[in-house]
Amino acid sequence: MSYFSNIFYGIKTLLTGMRVTGKYFLNSRKGAITQQYPDNRGILKMFDRFRGEVIMPHDENNEHACTGCQKCEIACPNGTIEIIWDRGLDEATGKKKKKIDQFVYHLSLCTMCGLCIDVCPTDAIEWGQNFENSVYDRTALTRVLNKPDSKIRPGVED
Amino acid sequence: MQETTTINNNFKSEEYFINMGPQHPATHGVLRLLLTIDGEIIKKVEPDLGYIHRSIEKMCERDSYQQIVHLTDRMDYLSSHINNEAVCLTVENALQLEIPERVKVVRTIIGELTRIASHCLWWGVMGMDVGALTTYFYGFRDREMINDIFEETCGARLTMNYNVPGGLMWDIHPNFVNRVKAFVKHFKTKIPEYDRLLTGNVIFQKRTKGVGVLSKEDAISFGASGPVGRGSGYSCDVRKYHPYSALDKVTFKESLQTAGDTFARYQVRIQEMWQSLSIVEQLIDNIPEGEHRVKTNAVIKLPKGEFYQKVETARGELGVYVISTGTKNPYRLKFRSPGFSNLSLLNHIAVGGKIGDLVATMATLDLVIPDIDR
Repeated sequence: MSYFSNIFYGIKTLLTGMRVTGKYFLNSRKGAITQQYPDNRGILKMFDRFRGEVIMPHDENNEHACTGCQKCEIACPNGTIEIIWDRGLDEATGKKKKKIDQFVYHLSLCTMCGLCIDVCPTDAIEWGQNFENSVYDRTALTRVLNKPDSKIRPGVED
Repeated sequence: MQETTTINNNFKSEEYFINMGPQHPATHGVLRLLLTIDGEIIKKVEPDLGYIHRSIEKMCERDSYQQIVHLTDRMDYLSSHINNEAVCLTVENALQLEIPERVKVVRTIIGELTRIASHCLWWGVMGMDVGALTTYFYGFRDREMINDIFEETCGARLTMNYNVPGGLMWDIHPNFVNRVKAFVKHFKTKIPEYDRLLTGNVIFQKRTKGVGVLSKEDAISFGASGPVGRGSGYSCDVRKYHPYSALDKVTFKESLQTAGDTFARYQVRIQEMWQSLSIVEQLIDNIPEGEHRVKTNAVIKLPKGEFYQKVETARGELGVYVISTGTKNPYRLKFRSPGFSNLSLLNHIAVGGKIGDLVATMATLDLVIPDIDR
């Protein structure tokens, strides 16, 4: 007797499970969470805080806010950031002042820990939301963040 | 035409040796198991580690205390927020910083969500290990909602790095509370579904009941912690005995089972999801206002001495032990990871079982290999 009741119990539990899967089978459109990437590129928007890469925003006068204080370079655990700096003449005071020549960012080394952005006293760097970073050559992941001929925004001090 | 066949009745039993891993899908990572088997009966299991060793503890001696936090993401990546919290709590306790209530509550909420996400993934993979592929999709579907919450607030889905010594990197996102509430509502309807689909399933029960039995005494002597210890009736929840952050303000039940087999460990985790949900529910409605971060020195120097902090990750007890000589780097930093102790008892509970049982047993140990190797 218990032989048959075991069989019926087994079938019952299987049917209980199949009711769950059957429900999803019939309403397959409703609970779908898969995204049709890359077809949805046009509407796919990452969250504002998403850490894709480090960028340096420039304003319309091609000016950035980086004073070259190198705090980000010290804070970085992996040597992702290299700042090549120089001393240039400050037009306002006429004194020599530190300025960045090249802000080199190695995306291939970056672990997106955010310490550089956290310590930056002038908010010169921030997170970019780009996540499609595949390239054919590794060297393309080494970027210079300050644009050519860009200058520091007047009035930015650390 | 007549064939002459010799019938050999002397079946000889011979032990032999196979490698399971390092690229075996059931080991969930690069874990290599050296199995000595007789037929299909396991005689000995020897884990061989080191395939994903990154010397995180040594790197910690090089790094400043802020930089250490992001390395702990890479240990047990399924409970990365709780790992971060452990390091931050160690530093904060050593510096005797007063942490705002808001930080404590947010840390606890995100920590419990991390636990749910980890258990969701575990549930999906557990089903897949014993042959039920559907659970994998359902588990990942619910985990996806938590990942979205994390992505919006912390900026990353897996290696979140949201804690800093002294608080949180940013304040929570304005959508955070609503999203968490929506998730709690959604997930409350899903755990009964998990039960209907897998827990009650007769095949699953036959595969797990009585398999990989670990007694309470052995659990204690092997240093088992987390759901593995609690499945054997060993009450070892760090959240209960040494509450950290806001866990002393909430009420929850420690989920205990006494059977000690694979099914008991499974039930412990399912109950933990309910308990974590209830913790989140208790805290989410009244997150206190206030600062999200206390100002610390740019260069954190711990006072001379030794500091220890333990937390309950999704896998068990994680301990952070820091020896400081008063400089900006730790002299030595040791992580007591739950996965390593839980792996050590695998040989004990798998011997005598079949290879298929070994896979089911390993699934409920919930091993994360980077946590074991570090």
